[in-house]
Amino acid sequence: MKKTVNQKAWFLVLPVLLLVGFSAVIPLMTVVNYSIQDTFGNNEFFPVGLEWFEEILHSERIHDALGRQILFTSIIMAIEIPLGIYIALQMPKGGVWASVCLVLISLPLLIPWNVVGTIWQIFARTDIGLLGHTLATLGIDYNYSQDILSAWVTIIIMDVWHWTSLVVLLCYAGLQSIPSAYYQAAKIDQASRWNVFRYIELPKMMGVLLIAALLRFMDSFMIYTEPMVLTGGGPGNATTFLSIDLVKMAIGQFDLGPAAAFSLMYFLVILLVSWVFFTVMSNIDKQEG
Amino acid sequence: MARITLSNLAHSYVKDPQNDKDYALRELNHEWEDGAAYALLGPSGCGKSTLLNIISGIVTPSHGRILFDETDVTFADTTDRNIAQVFQFPVVYDTMTVQQNLEFPLKNRGKDAKYIAQRVASIARSIQVEDILHKKAQGLSADQKQKISLGRGMVREDVNAILFDEPLTVIDPHMKWELRTQLKALHKELKHTMIFVTHDQTEALTFADKVVVMNVGEVVQIGTPQELFEKPAHTFVGYFIGSPGMNIIDVEITGKEATLLDAKLELNQSYSNLKGKLELGIRPEFMTLCEEGCGIKIEIIRIEDVAHHKIVRARYDNKDINIIVEEDVIITKTMNNMTFDMDKVNIYENSWLVEGEKL
Repeated sequence: MKKTVNQKAWFLVLPVLLLVGFSAVIPLMTVVNYSIQDTFGNNEFFPVGLEWFEEILHSERIHDALGRQILFTSIIMAIEIPLGIYIALQMPKGGVWASVCLVLISLPLLIPWNVVGTIWQIFARTDIGLLGHTLATLGIDYNYSQDILSAWVTIIIMDVWHWTSLVVLLCYAGLQSIPSAYYQAAKIDQASRWNVFRYIELPKMMGVLLIAALLRFMDSFMIYTEPMVLTGGGPGNATTFLSIDLVKMAIGQFDLGPAAAFSLMYFLVILLVSWVFFTVMSNIDKQEG
Repeated sequence: MARITLSNLAHSYVKDPQNDKDYALRELNHEWEDGAAYALLGPSGCGKSTLLNIISGIVTPSHGRILFDETDVTFADTTDRNIAQVFQFPVVYDTMTVQQNLEFPLKNRGKDAKYIAQRVASIARSIQVEDILHKKAQGLSADQKQKISLGRGMVREDVNAILFDEPLTVIDPHMKWELRTQLKALHKELKHTMIFVTHDQTEALTFADKVVVMNVGEVVQIGTPQELFEKPAHTFVGYFIGSPGMNIIDVEITGKEATLLDAKLELNQSYSNLKGKLELGIRPEFMTLCEEGCGIKIEIIRIEDVAHHKIVRARYDNKDINIIVEEDVIITKTMNNMTFDMDKVNIYENSWLVEGEKL
């Protein structure tokens, strides 16, 4: 078949290009613009090349924030994914209780981030918070605004409370799609409970689990609001994760250049990890296919 | 391998069943002989899946008992029944290779490696999957997967019975035939008791030594394919089996004389004490179409040419009549009479077959 050449057809792509341009490319380019310039005020900028990028790459402060970020993301994923799977497996398969469980489990997901932060901020206070006061009364040395370990534990429990539901819901959906014949066949083959999980439930859940892990990675790697409300990045810098540090740098210190360079690298890291993650997982899928 | 006995077995999904209608499976006594191939045949919702699920242990019957040889397994769990089941949709362990799939039931039962290897090799040969043993099960076609789930059942030598729940539903038509032939061959070779649930009469008749025909929760007949064809015990069987099914005509009978709407026939048997609704059943294969005046006049609607014969669709006494005519017979306009092969005529009282006295 001979294709007709009509250059006017490019105009049909124009609306999309404009939309993407205004929503993503142009804002990103202003950041790129800041990242290669410096200013002494009066809205006068002069180019500095890659100086800011070099500075950020060698900055101990950023290294520390990145370290804390990786530690935080690893811990919450190591808790939320297995816990989510476990809860999904324990949930009733049908009937009224299944609906009740689903509603209760979904509740944390419906609460806005800053409200979650506020809830835990008050809940964990040693003077008036139920959790904090109880712990203090029991004689446990707990104070999230002064003690680093307390702050970390509180933030991790808060994130687990807020986001495990997402993993549960996705896994539950995956489990529900397994036909009963599989369980029947496993009984006939005298498969152990572990084998049922290993060879039936886990493979059938793999697709949704991949999505759950990816979402939890991206969200936790970009976490800002909840720890900001709860600890404000403290005590000291103990809970200053990447985005908190970025905001401090950009708005607190008004270091636009370094902050812009930092933003770009932050963005690229998330993009890269997500891409690697996705490619590896979908390749595993293909090999099995 | 075992003989399976169903004793006064019945099942209702309703808690407190009042009448026959509440029963998904009405009371039933039957012995499944060891090593025979059975087909459970019936339309959707006739209770055949319920019966199969009772045998496999998914459903506990509300009445009666089920025995494997002399052991009562009515309340035994599926795991303890040592049966195998092939489901409507292929059930394989996707992440395992074909070989691991076949090894799985034996490994779980703690058999030793040498025995497992030898059994798997022998079963792989039987179901012809030797060339794909090291492939992941996930990427295989539906018929190969179905073979593997069958193999997983047969790999255990001591399996009591293999149950098939419409296993050819998702298989391509040209593979259906092949799989069925293989199943039949496997049955001959290994002599497992096999119970094959289906709503397809061709499947049932070609696979089974004995066919159990069910309708609305009731077993209406158990017999060889030939018995079902020649002596259907119930008009339902006559109608359900055969293509087209048996012709059913209202009739009055005194002694050996049968009175149809406008004709009298002399039967080969004599009947007495007949009460209730009487019907005469005759298969389209055992009827002939002939010239005016030689038999009973019918109104011919149309003639269908199917591959090896013609089907004459006609009306008599407000009922549809089908007659099968050899393909080389030329049907003329004046051929509008039917005659019966009197040896093949069956008489039904309230839909159930009655035998008369031979003369």
